[in-house]
Amino acid sequence: MRAFDYHQAVGSEQAIERAMRREQARYLGGGTNLVDLMRETIEGPAMLIDVSNLARDIEESESGGLFIGAGVTNAELAADPRVRRQYPGLSRAILCGASAQIRNRATVAGNLLQRTRCAYFYDIGAHCNKREPGNGCDAQEGFHRYHAILGTSSSCLATHPSDMAVAMVALEARVHLRGRDGERVIALTELYREPGERPDLETVLTAEELIVAVELPPLPMAASSEYRKVRDRASYAFALLSVASMLELDGATIKQVRLALGGVGTRPWRAWKAEAALRGRPANAATFEAAIDAELAAARPQSDNAFKVQLARRVVISELNQRLAQARQGGEAS
Amino acid sequence: MNPFTPSHDTRHEEKPPGALAGDYWRPDGSPDPLGSGLHAGIGVSLARVDGQRKVTGQAPFAAEFRFADMLYAALSYSTIANGRIVDIDTRAAEAMDGVVLVMTHENAPPLRTPPVFLGSPHGAAGDDYPVMQSDRVHWNGQPVALVLAETQEQADAAAESLLVRYARETAMTDFEIAKSQAREPDSVLGGPATITRGDADAAFETAAYRIDATYTTPRHNHNAIEPHALTLAWHHDGKRETLRIHDASQCVDLAVTSLADVFGLDPGQIHVTSPFVGGGFGSKTLWQHQILAAAAAKLAARPVRLALSREGVYRVVGGRACTEQRVALGADSSGKLQALVHTGVAAMTRHNYLPEPFVQATKCLYGVDNLRLAVTVADMHMLANTFMRAPGEAVGTFALESALDELAELLGMDPLALRARNEPERDPLSGLPFSSRHLREAASAGAERFGWSSRHAAPGSRREGEWQIGMGCATATYPYQRMPGAAARITLDAEGATVEVAAHEMGMGTATVQTQVAAARLGLPVETIRFRYGDSSLAGAVLAGGSQQTAAIGGAVIAAQRALVDALLARLEDDSPLAGLSADDIECRDAGLGAIGNAVRFVSYRELLEQAGKREISVEAKAADSEEKSHWSMHSFGTIFCEVGVSEVSGEVRVRRLLGSFDCGRILNAKTAASQFRGGMIMGLGLALMEETWFDARSGRIMNPSLADYHVPVQMDVPDIDVMWTDIPDPHTPMGARGIGEIGITGVGAAVANAVYNACGKRVRDLPITLDKLL
Amino acid sequence: MQWTINGQIRQAEVDFRTSLLDLLREQFQLSGTKKGCNQGACGACTVLLDGQRINACLTLAVQVQGRSITTIEGLASGEALHPVQAAFIEHDGFQCGYCTPGQICSAVGLAGELARGWPSAVTADLAADDIAFDRLELRERLSGNLCRCGAYNGIVDAVAASLGQEAGA
Repeated sequence: MRAFDYHQAVGSEQAIERAMRREQARYLGGGTNLVDLMRETIEGPAMLIDVSNLARDIEESESGGLFIGAGVTNAELAADPRVRRQYPGLSRAILCGASAQIRNRATVAGNLLQRTRCAYFYDIGAHCNKREPGNGCDAQEGFHRYHAILGTSSSCLATHPSDMAVAMVALEARVHLRGRDGERVIALTELYREPGERPDLETVLTAEELIVAVELPPLPMAASSEYRKVRDRASYAFALLSVASMLELDGATIKQVRLALGGVGTRPWRAWKAEAALRGRPANAATFEAAIDAELAAARPQSDNAFKVQLARRVVISELNQRLAQARQGGEAS
Repeated sequence: MNPFTPSHDTRHEEKPPGALAGDYWRPDGSPDPLGSGLHAGIGVSLARVDGQRKVTGQAPFAAEFRFADMLYAALSYSTIANGRIVDIDTRAAEAMDGVVLVMTHENAPPLRTPPVFLGSPHGAAGDDYPVMQSDRVHWNGQPVALVLAETQEQADAAAESLLVRYARETAMTDFEIAKSQAREPDSVLGGPATITRGDADAAFETAAYRIDATYTTPRHNHNAIEPHALTLAWHHDGKRETLRIHDASQCVDLAVTSLADVFGLDPGQIHVTSPFVGGGFGSKTLWQHQILAAAAAKLAARPVRLALSREGVYRVVGGRACTEQRVALGADSSGKLQALVHTGVAAMTRHNYLPEPFVQATKCLYGVDNLRLAVTVADMHMLANTFMRAPGEAVGTFALESALDELAELLGMDPLALRARNEPERDPLSGLPFSSRHLREAASAGAERFGWSSRHAAPGSRREGEWQIGMGCATATYPYQRMPGAAARITLDAEGATVEVAAHEMGMGTATVQTQVAAARLGLPVETIRFRYGDSSLAGAVLAGGSQQTAAIGGAVIAAQRALVDALLARLEDDSPLAGLSADDIECRDAGLGAIGNAVRFVSYRELLEQAGKREISVEAKAADSEEKSHWSMHSFGTIFCEVGVSEVSGEVRVRRLLGSFDCGRILNAKTAASQFRGGMIMGLGLALMEETWFDARSGRIMNPSLADYHVPVQMDVPDIDVMWTDIPDPHTPMGARGIGEIGITGVGAAVANAVYNACGKRVRDLPITLDKLL
Repeated sequence: MQWTINGQIRQAEVDFRTSLLDLLREQFQLSGTKKGCNQGACGACTVLLDGQRINACLTLAVQVQGRSITTIEGLASGEALHPVQAAFIEHDGFQCGYCTPGQICSAVGLAGELARGWPSAVTADLAADDIAFDRLELRERLSGNLCRCGAYNGIVDAVAASLGQEAGA
């Protein structure tokens, strides 16, 4: 690990000011990903600005949603009673990620900004356009069973590894950013860039911009949201596929639906096309199949991850059927 | 736990368990009386003697010893598989804070190539590649530089800053290509690479029922949770140079003899200890890191700690080779095997001696007149492959026992019945009688406990929601061994006895079980036994490998007990109650010696010592030659039963139930034995479902050198595992016991694969059985 | 820099790169906390930070200045083992012993999480206030600690027994 300076920030303004004054400064949250990347020499910041003690609260927003400080730990967020009641799919997504130890340190902002587990990204002996644009991509012809089928380019197939972010894009989370020009708020789906020719540019954040909070808008149907993660071992493994889902019925018709996928996209994948094909349609198998097919039409599978097309199809249909059954049950109960 | 009644050889039952063991290894010998099942201390669940230290963090491992003025080491590894180092720019590293030495092939001291395990009787090395002696690179990941610095952080940063330029040469890194040029190795574990009996190919062609299938298994890594590490210091007292090493080792003596060769020293100049080893599974032998650390310490004239990073373990310490195996079975309509062909190819190098011996289990399991077994190897530019828990059997039983399951289905037979139908009377190859084979009893008791009779023969018959449920079974086996070279020292004093053997405790329970055995053998309370091990200065040489430690130590302690009794009898006073008795009339009981069958004729150890005018009496003896395997075919057996759920939606496999029923001779400690069986079976679950080292065929580089990407089972993957055993003593082994460390992993791959087939009708012949293969 | 380690205030000057794990092992010679992967993938380095279990390998020492850290060496009170330690011996929750300190610290942290009513990935009803601990819950919650010897059954037995004991007390 390269030597670096360390500064413990006492407030976000001061943290941003520090970051503007120093080349190659990085914000440090729980460190569960950044410290590992520094040890692997994939990241080599000259300075760490520790923001893990800032923005530690979860508050109810005026609109009835939740306002989550960027420094809230994954464990605290998953365990928060309001999250568990109003957004259980988010709670489950977080709990499906990593281990209890890591969730106790990892922060909300750090989780959103974690970097891919692509084996070639992690090996400085390999070619990787994400580490060094133009360097080539050894994953294309190499081990890419874990890699993306959606949002890929000829430069990069790496998946975004977060579970939490998948649930959050389904919830239409908004990210509060603070930088040299003050604060701006963007949709979480807009935070991430697709790799294109520049897979090294993963987000729209400017150099000194700091995530200060994530806002979850109120969403009644999210009370029955769920998250299913499919992986190679039963716990403590990255997703081969994950699905965040929720839906609301109007009689036999799908009134509202949210669907997001993990493990198959270069960014947390909001399934817009599938949602469009579901909304206002009869809630039945044919609709579900047509919807996921619409989403996966753009998939670009490679040899080792081709199974994900079939896997995503089956799991999404199964999840939608379960949400449908729950919605019907809920309808009968009320 | 034990549904069996141990059968005893009635001729010998009159001998009490404290009596001295006779020559159990000879056809005319008698069984070790300690194995008779009569001693109350043998078999009980004694808690681990080192438990207190382990749960309080007070058990010191190799990287936790210190020397004054010690430096920390870091390694830099090659990124090419074959070629030359053109140059290494060390200037930046040398200028960094705290850096004391950058060692490369240009300044490394002369080092002789280490002797290789199996290649030399005193070899512990995994390969005979030269160690940093030239610009040659032999595998992707070979150490090319070592940095010493005042702190680990400084050493790591300096190692990372090195710039190495290579001249790349053509490398054979694609197994698919390498296997087309496979060759027959000189030997397989000292035996022939091809074994034939009858004409298996002709018999197969004419058999009424035939299965002919190819099975593939990937590379595996041991992944002991303690990474390999050592802390060492050279000392020079003006006359003599010595090397003191705290290593993580499962072969302290072979490490000494090998390092002595490398550094041109007398073995007496090197002292290796290894009191606690954080798992080994075949990997904690001698690799380049120990040699490089010692060489650098010599150059820097300061003590050194080298702890490999997890990635470093993958780069420097070999793993299990990948295999491609063909199994062809021919049978008649009754299920009687007419032909058995088991052949294949494993990756290897020209620099080691372990063709992954995947036909080992096939040699003894089934009675068949026409047999052909052949192992070939595909030479590759890679780190030498090595021994990993049940080398051969772990992956060989996956192929063989999957094929048996396929044949059973073809025949419409119950898979257990098919196996029973082919149970041999004598060893199918050597014709020797089995020393003790009770596989049939183990299988049927296991079947009963597991509820095997509720299995539906037709795949896909059972379901719960999205989960398709299936059951499978497979046979487990591992040979008995007692390697030569073991010796033991027993020191008797007024407080009790110290038993010393240069053996190892890596978690198998050796220290606990041998304390128990020594107490029983010497007629002393367990708490008065001090068992010392893990130290090359102790008597004999015992390798913790091949599931042979228990027998090897047992044989040595038997010999030492006799020497002790002889020494005590030689010092008897004329009027002693024991006067005139010989060792064979004596039993060790109640902290003293007594005449067999005579309660009155007894003298306590304390009195014997007093009368001899000694504070202690110490004897050392070598184990009897390991003759038993030339008279009997000696193996442990078992049957693994598995129930899985396969998700119809995702293809995920969940192991719901797992049971192992074993026939491994006498079980010496029910608690530690159960843990050994379960531990092996869990590694078998890993082999079945998730373990795979990603070897990039383009670069020869391991791409998942981490515990995040190489999946070993976690808690959630592991159900409550049921284990049971026959506890029938083997009359021809010390304590009636056979090893149990490796058999647990065998058979599990096939049991899971067979259960998956029974659940969903998909036959996966390529490990691991990941969900993409089931969609 | 200063930390409270096992109840005692300890000071050291460290490189910013030094992890909490290396601080414990190399500076303070508290080598009961183990290094298995140094990348948050095995759990051998698990310690308690202000009572919560974390991976010491991924935590920079400088980041947790002034905070309270409990390691395996700080669990027993005098000669009396912590109930989890005693249960690990009783139920053979280890073989080689290398992952053991991390497993035990993890189990102690887990007990705190259960007491606070925290759910896990396998909790069926996440909105429920009361979560019963069963073997499935324990297995999921202990999945951040690898054991290559495969003492998993014994570990769950030990943790279940020690939790039962605490609940009864």
